[in-house]
Amino acid sequence: MVNLGVSIGNLKFKNPVITASGTFGNGSEFDDFIDVSRLGGIILKGTTMEPREGNPYPRMAETPSGMLNAVGLQNKGIDFFEKNIYPVVSQYDTNVIVNINGSFIEDYIALAARINNLEKIHAIELNISCPNVKMGGMAFGTNPVSAREVIKAVRAVYSKTLIVKLSPNVTDIVDFARISEEEGADSISLINTLLGMAVNLKSMKPSLSTITGGLSGPAVKPVALRMVWQAAKAVKIPVIGIGGIMSADDAIEFILAGASAIQVGTASFIDPQVSIRILEGIGLYLSGRGFTDIKEITGLLSR
Amino acid sequence: MAKRMEDFTVKANRRLNNDLFVLELTGNNYLPALKPGQFLQVKVEGSPSTFLRRPVSIHDVDYDQNTIHLLIQIAGKGTEALSGIKEGEKLNIIYPLGNSFSLPAENARTLLVGGGCGVAPLLFLGKYLKSKGYKPEILLGFRNSDRIIEYDEYSSIGPVYLTTEDGSKGEKGFVTDHPVLMERRFDHICCCGPEPMMKAVAGYCSRNEIHCEVSLEHLMACGFGVCLCCVVNTVKGNLCTCTDGPVFNTKELKW
Repeated sequence: MVNLGVSIGNLKFKNPVITASGTFGNGSEFDDFIDVSRLGGIILKGTTMEPREGNPYPRMAETPSGMLNAVGLQNKGIDFFEKNIYPVVSQYDTNVIVNINGSFIEDYIALAARINNLEKIHAIELNISCPNVKMGGMAFGTNPVSAREVIKAVRAVYSKTLIVKLSPNVTDIVDFARISEEEGADSISLINTLLGMAVNLKSMKPSLSTITGGLSGPAVKPVALRMVWQAAKAVKIPVIGIGGIMSADDAIEFILAGASAIQVGTASFIDPQVSIRILEGIGLYLSGRGFTDIKEITGLLSR
Repeated sequence: MAKRMEDFTVKANRRLNNDLFVLELTGNNYLPALKPGQFLQVKVEGSPSTFLRRPVSIHDVDYDQNTIHLLIQIAGKGTEALSGIKEGEKLNIIYPLGNSFSLPAENARTLLVGGGCGVAPLLFLGKYLKSKGYKPEILLGFRNSDRIIEYDEYSSIGPVYLTTEDGSKGEKGFVTDHPVLMERRFDHICCCGPEPMMKAVAGYCSRNEIHCEVSLEHLMACGFGVCLCCVVNTVKGNLCTCTDGPVFNTKELKW
């Protein structure tokens, strides 16, 4: 029996497989396909103080080995979340994490303070890396000064596990990894989507209503892996690897590169059972090679 | 209704014309009760540039044979790869997805309006309504007489009115030019086809105070309400075509 348990801050995860925000709804959309409680954790769709309509259609374009999205944080706001989503996700026997967003620092603070009171929400993923909103989002996560400011402010009001989700759209990911650690984050997750675009040759217009959007899927995996490796070497807090993970093999690459846990994102759109398959595949890989604990291979590349 | 992900076997792949084909699929499990308007997400193999599944509406269901029929138009590399699939090969399907056309009121004079490949869900809908005792009539529009598909199938459901853009068969023009819409009063119209056609039909229904439902085709990544990519702007805000639709009452749409 292989021990797949990992710790992020004070929070124990039964295994390292977490589903990425925006690709897993509130979990219940997957109940027909998998037992959600088998996962290490689920990260819920990006949530804001006020409801948001998101960006106009079209919001998605298929690209080679991936897709662009420009959803723009469509969500029904924290009041709706508390009333309607929280009671549902509380039923899962897994770590439930809320991805929080805002246009201003005050939004992040207010949201973190609200969620701090929700007993069954085990952690926050602080999203300072959404590329699809006009204000906030990636603007926080690509400027070292504002990144530091927002992490510090949220840390001050949030006492549980705080994960900062980093943007890859920066010159040096290590700067932002270090800032997160210095300001008391328990973990960093990376990467959010890479800014990209596509053009529709039929209409001779951009494929997305917002012109640019976030690229995800296997196309971004080598970039993500490189950034996870760089970040993991630079900080002591655990790193959660995200970016184009479609299989257990992909996940293990991230773990070898230094990720303590991984997030499955876009892959769930194509195969709603893939997260469980990845979980089983990691166990098989480890037991097949005679390991008894996943931590034996975490960051093996840089040891 | 619980959603499933299952492998289906291709029983037949029938070419209707240059770019339309019908796949007949059968599964290892008995089909659940399916509803007209629902769709499925097909995984495409053998096309490296096709990353996402392709949403396809249910064209016909044969519970005796345990088969689902899909009418697909070759629109890009994904559907092109699907067009080459052979009898006996497998396709991975997520289904059933989406809502369905609503049942008309009792004795409602019902018309199904379709154009081009948009006729796809109407065959299943027509057969379904007929089996429930309704007497739907059908108005179909095509570019020209060569493009007309499955006329006999629709004729077995009820009267079929036909238009072609070049007048090579039926009335000349678009579906909204067909005199039946002037001469007859319908109470309930279900429509699927190119967006300009659906908008024209919705306009006709709005002017004449007729209940109108359309089935929308939007780009989507997941098909089960997670990615929020396939939204349509409605009086209730942005709704997902995949879970709140694909069938919408046109009164709700802001398009």
